Amino acid sequence: MSKTTVPAIAGWYTMDAGNPHLIGTRCKECGSYFFPKLTTYCRNPACDSDEFEEVQLSNRGHVWSYTNASYKPPEPFIAADPFVPYAIAAVRLDHEKMIVLGQVVEGIGVENLKVGQEMRLVLETLHEDGDQTKVIWKWKPV
Amino acid sequence: MSQDIAILGVGMHPWGKWGRNFVEYGVAAARVALKDAGVAWKDIQFVSGAATMRCGYPGYVAGATFAQALGWNGCEVNTSYAACASGSQALAAARTKILSGQCDVALVIGADTTPKGFLAPAKGYRPEDPDWVRFYIGITNPTYFALYARRRIDVYGDTLEDFAAVKLKNAEHGSHNPNARYRKLFTREDVAASPMVADPLRLMDICATSDGGAAIIVSSLEYAKKIGKGNAPRIAAISTVTPAFANELVEMPDIATDSAAVVDARSFRAAVPAKAYEEAGVSPRDISLAEVYDLSTALELDWIEDLQLAPRGEAAKLLRAGDTRVGGRIPVNASGGLACFGEAVPAQALAQVCELTWQLRGQAEGRQVAHAKVGITANQGLFGHGSSVIVKK
Ligand SMILES: [Zn+2]
Repeated sequence: MSKTTVPAIAGWYTMDAGNPHLIGTRCKECGSYFFPKLTTYCRNPACDSDEFEEVQLSNRGHVWSYTNASYKPPEPFIAADPFVPYAIAAVRLDHEKMIVLGQVVEGIGVENLKVGQEMRLVLETLHEDGDQTKVIWKWKPV
Repeated sequence: MSQDIAILGVGMHPWGKWGRNFVEYGVAAARVALKDAGVAWKDIQFVSGAATMRCGYPGYVAGATFAQALGWNGCEVNTSYAACASGSQALAAARTKILSGQCDVALVIGADTTPKGFLAPAKGYRPEDPDWVRFYIGITNPTYFALYARRRIDVYGDTLEDFAAVKLKNAEHGSHNPNARYRKLFTREDVAASPMVADPLRLMDICATSDGGAAIIVSSLEYAKKIGKGNAPRIAAISTVTPAFANELVEMPDIATDSAAVVDARSFRAAVPAKAYEEAGVSPRDISLAEVYDLSTALELDWIEDLQLAPRGEAAKLLRAGDTRVGGRIPVNASGGLACFGEAVPAQALAQVCELTWQLRGQAEGRQVAHAKVGITANQGLFGHGSSVIVKK
């Protein structure tokens, strides 16, 4: 029996496997973007808006910096056994002018990364949970 | 009217992993500071404590806890919590009391006992908590420092050897500091052999957490003169500014930065000392030495630039030229820094001021910075907390 694929964090990204997007909000007054979604009061100190629209953020950007996790993080991280180290990228979205962290796809290590290189958003397994595969956004070199 | 206050006395309980109650470290540090100041405990009019979140209720009301342990003397108390800047905020509270004329002499104090193991977030499924989210997706504390460090390599051309050189320098400084936890010298080979935690940072590039306590006796300049300490070092500035939107760095525990789509991105780390310089009327060129928060070796290099002691991207040049070691042009972390102390959160910002005080008095035996006249501290912690203190002769 095949497992069903579900988001690890529901509502934070679209589930279209071929072309996923992070879901953020944009202030209707000043145009600032927020991720995770902000829906209460705008954080731009010059703006007193409390109205936001949900938007799909750019799913491409450029590496601001990168690292890896050589050791298993503590809970709530759910590690495969044995633990497989993974790379992490901080990617700057050009249009939104914000940096978003995420794991880098399996098989790509820090030796394959460089500040400034283009990355795109993909969905990949974060962990298995019974008969479900929980997927999360990850960054993949273009 | 002068906005300065006098530092009459400083004291510390040595940093370590002693496993005792934090109150013990704080009281020990306070007793040393009182003796150093020549001020009797009964004469202290205000106790300003830096809180610890790791030791239960007594830690939340640290000012009163220390006052009780020293023996209730009827003075007023305060407790401040501001992550890594807690000590500086406690110091700022004392300065406000003194400069407003509500008290003449105060005791500022911070101490901590570290817990065993990881400080993991609360359990359950809690995507509304950014700290929970980042651990869930595999982003730990070293991730952030590694991202900053890697950027220095790719953008400025810093090397792993530079980061190791920071470690070696601070270990050399700390080997002469009786209050430091780690007093061992290291070689480049030792650092290279230490395991990679978050590329490019190895275990030896990242600071530990420690038990420790620090205390400072501060007073009005009039009070200092009255007790014959008119020449005591002075606190000329305390900056505790928050970030300004849009904060350019991705900071623990967030997984994304502010958007700079409509407002320019700004550096928080640079803003913290900038306010201190302005307040003290001091320029970066006037600085004799700096104590900075080296949570990682590479972060010390970032701080050197944020303090405007080197142009952006050029801190490693100073390091390579030996400028930042004791005996160099602008010594950084003459105490040994966090590399040799390990972080004791509520005590750390005060420990930085203790070191500057000893340096300005010419009492930093074995690590003395010649002709030290003006020193600056800098630190930054979670949730928009940071501080910078300027001490001058
Ligand atoms: Zn707005």
